[in-house]
Amino acid sequence: MQSAAAVGTPLATARARRARRKLLASLGQHALLVFVGAFFFLPWLWLLSTSLKSLKQVFEVPPRWVPEPIMWENYKMAVTAIPFFLYMRNTLFISFVNVAGTVLSSSLVAYSFACIPWRGREKLFLFVLATMMLPGAVTMIPVFVIWRRFDAIGTYYPLTVRAFFGAAYWIFLLRQFFRGLPSELFDAARIDGSSELGIYGRIAMPLAKPALATLIIFTFLGSYTDFMGPLIYLSEQKTWTLSVGLYGFIGTHSSEWSWLMAAAVLFTLPLIILFFFTQKTFIQGIVTSGFR
Amino acid sequence: MTRTEKRRVWLGLAFASPWVIGFLVFTAYPMVASAYYSFTFFNLVKPPVFTGLANYERLLADDKLRLAMANTIYVTVLANPASLAFGLVCALLLNFRVGGQALYRTIYILPIVMPGVATGVLWRWLMNPTLGLFNTILAYVGIRGPTWWGDPNWSKPSLIIMTLWLNGIVTIIYLAGLQQIPKELYESAEIDGAGRWRRFLNITVPMVSGVTLFNLITGLIWSFQLFTEAFVISGVNGAPQGSMLFYSVYLYSNAFRYLKMGYASAMAWVLFFIVLAVTYVTMRWSSRWTHYDVTAGG
Repeated sequence: MQSAAAVGTPLATARARRARRKLLASLGQHALLVFVGAFFFLPWLWLLSTSLKSLKQVFEVPPRWVPEPIMWENYKMAVTAIPFFLYMRNTLFISFVNVAGTVLSSSLVAYSFACIPWRGREKLFLFVLATMMLPGAVTMIPVFVIWRRFDAIGTYYPLTVRAFFGAAYWIFLLRQFFRGLPSELFDAARIDGSSELGIYGRIAMPLAKPALATLIIFTFLGSYTDFMGPLIYLSEQKTWTLSVGLYGFIGTHSSEWSWLMAAAVLFTLPLIILFFFTQKTFIQGIVTSGFR
Repeated sequence: MTRTEKRRVWLGLAFASPWVIGFLVFTAYPMVASAYYSFTFFNLVKPPVFTGLANYERLLADDKLRLAMANTIYVTVLANPASLAFGLVCALLLNFRVGGQALYRTIYILPIVMPGVATGVLWRWLMNPTLGLFNTILAYVGIRGPTWWGDPNWSKPSLIIMTLWLNGIVTIIYLAGLQQIPKELYESAEIDGAGRWRRFLNITVPMVSGVTLFNLITGLIWSFQLFTEAFVISGVNGAPQGSMLFYSVYLYSNAFRYLKMGYASAMAWVLFFIVLAVTYVTMRWSSRWTHYDVTAGG
């Protein structure tokens, strides 16, 4: 830039001025991004910092950013003060069952709407879409009463069984996906004498992997982080999920902030890892929901 | 119908049967039952006793319900415009053509994966009056920050600030919307001498108005059902002084703490009709400010 200015031809100075303006603009843009980014980033830093402080240092004013000493033991406390790994196992169990149930049921229903030409399917599909508007709050109480009649309060049935009956949004998404597949594939298989179940399992499902990936990620996320469901249905502590377990931990250790933060880190970490490995699918899934 | 057609109908229904059965058991019957419960006294222990409109009459006289409703409306009215504006600003920033955007995007969006309970406990700590992040930073610049969650005047604004941290979904959808705007629109406007602000108001805002509507509707539905974070931060009674008692929290305590199943069912139906009405009005109103046609928008 300086050398260009030194040459001093009018064209070169103009170019140099433009280059400098561009550099300044991009610096300004970085500054804005960092400034707003601090609002998003600093809470994570504070979380991590607190999780590594001694119980005493947490109460130091003004607070320091870098703990001294670094208390890795807090993480050991977080997993022993509450049965963390038991909660983690329960949470993962419920989440995996929900993912399996949703994949199986939603794809079967979507296959019916997309690939089997039967009379009345369009009407039923519109009906499925309409049910997306219906509120969870209204059905919550009678569903609780039903499970109570089956003596299932305190079990995992109320938190998992429903997944095996399809979810409207995923039915919609998979139907769109199945319809995008070339119909010659299905026709050829039918002529070869494949059953619909065979076509579904051997052709449609393997091809639907991208759509299924989105479904799996968001069903897992929803189930792993769910709070109200486990809060209502899980009375016994040994059946608790991480959400309810961490909530209980807040109640019993409300001033042991470093343990609470360590537990929050461990609770969130699997999802952060999931996010980093599936970021593209993750973001695509959100964008699809906004542009349907 | 021919035999093959009939066979296909049965086959199609067989494949769709999980949804049909699920709908009947988990949606259709519960909706009927819930409507019935809302006209009864029902405490789970004894069978429901029909009481006519008593629950709905009590709703009108319930001071706590009025408080919960006012708090919910407060957050709905303030959090949604804030979320839209902030989401659009973040999307504009993330749309800059500078290096490192992948990293910035990750940072802006990551909070959405945090479980609600973890978010609640983290934010209770971040807004601790003496030891939290917010007042520590405010102290650096010589400001004595408020007590946030501890002050009934500050607790809901605190919640709104927290929801902005969780605004990643709105931001992502706006960002995708921005990327679909044809560059030519900006170029021709620039030739016409429109400044940056004019281009933003006359091109960007109308071109993302469809996205704004989507974000607004999902945001409205979300804010009426606000539960986990508020419950974790402020408990069943919405401390301090009921300033954080939201509709869903109060519904939850009526149903599962006081076992007033009939009353809670009536509350659920009122909520349903409010959300329906608000959605409907928003959709009607939106036809005045949404532009789906490129030529009309530019």
